[in-house]
Amino acid sequence: MTNTPVILTCELTKSYGSLAAVQELNLSVGPHRITAFLGQNGAGKSTTIKMLLGMVRPSCGEGTVLGKRITNAQENRDMRRKVAYVAENKPLYGYMTVEQTIRFASSFYSDWRTDVARRLLNEYKLPPQRKVKALSKGMRTKLALLLAFARRPELLILDEPSEGLDPVGIEHLLQMLVAQASEGVAIFFSSHQIAEVERVADHVCILDNGHLLVDASLDQLRQSYRRIDLVFASAPPEREFRIIGVEKIQTKGHQMSVFASKNAEAVIQRARDLDAVSVEVAPVGLRDIFLETVKEN
Amino acid sequence: MFFKLNPTTGQPLYLQLMQQIRHAAETGALRDGDQLPGIRTLAEELVVSPNTVAKAYSELEHDGLLELRQGSGAFVTVKRRTRSLTDHVQVARRRLRDLIEQLREEGLLDEEIKRAFEAELLYPAEIVSK
Repeated sequence: MTNTPVILTCELTKSYGSLAAVQELNLSVGPHRITAFLGQNGAGKSTTIKMLLGMVRPSCGEGTVLGKRITNAQENRDMRRKVAYVAENKPLYGYMTVEQTIRFASSFYSDWRTDVARRLLNEYKLPPQRKVKALSKGMRTKLALLLAFARRPELLILDEPSEGLDPVGIEHLLQMLVAQASEGVAIFFSSHQIAEVERVADHVCILDNGHLLVDASLDQLRQSYRRIDLVFASAPPEREFRIIGVEKIQTKGHQMSVFASKNAEAVIQRARDLDAVSVEVAPVGLRDIFLETVKEN
Repeated sequence: MFFKLNPTTGQPLYLQLMQQIRHAAETGALRDGDQLPGIRTLAEELVVSPNTVAKAYSELEHDGLLELRQGSGAFVTVKRRTRSLTDHVQVARRRLRDLIEQLREEGLLDEEIKRAFEAELLYPAEIVSK
């Protein structure tokens, strides 16, 4: 197993006039893992993905996908053969039927798996003869996913793949992601479904205002983020807790709540040294990590 | 075997899986020689990254509780030592029951006892693991 990143960017930047959509992004996405790409609407996720695929030209900086430079047209074509991509708006030809769309897509890819396409058509309950323009949003998403999952790519990039899907559809999507990952496919996907991300992802990147704020494994986040609720006999000594790893302190009367991205032990130790009446430590879920990180920025 | 992983407990999923497999071996729910599902099968069943299952299996192999055979899966190896742990756990549970009974008599509510336990469990584990 090599550990060469499947996606690597160096100071990747995209500006639209005075608006910087993505700023000096240094991203390194490892192989053999599921990486989730989180951020609010307009954080720069889709712009980043489009730059990676060569669909949007970076203003400056550079990057490679599967070792191919994103700004080189020839290398870009080579790369696209090994990357399956599901776009955010699921662009499909409205005048084609489901069956025609699948046949059309299959003719482009040498890694196409007819058996998988047929199985998914069944599982997704897509009507083969219906025109794409007459599909519901959820069915459209399923068709776009089918076109990606029927291939055997080295890297799978999905932009908001769960949009429009009901809970059953989302569960099926996650199982497909796990199955693909089991076959050695690296997965990079953006999502707003934090609860789902928290289950399947190995690694999380949080983008806000074009900046990368968090780039860590979920195991690491689970083990290091803590909320420590303290009660003191007198006014809480807030200043004493401004140490490395403490991201936020809230005080209300005799109560103090500390949000720490690491170093929770030091906070607890300090609380005991300062005679806190009560010390309660709680883990922090990905939703709170995301919300706090984005708010602080 | 039924496993249940909780993504929000602040503990890596692979550790949860390891503990549940170990617990199953200690209670006898898993016996010596029992076969566990393959990495892909279990990952799809639990809807977690295959790396989570792979890491749990390989750590358990390192601990001597699982034997990974090329191409044929993971097999439980329960030694006598594991068995004696079951007795330990039972003794510990009896002591815990006594302690909780005592705390209740002293007027603590179950919710308060639970919170105190959780706080204490989270506290030293982090210091000990350093």
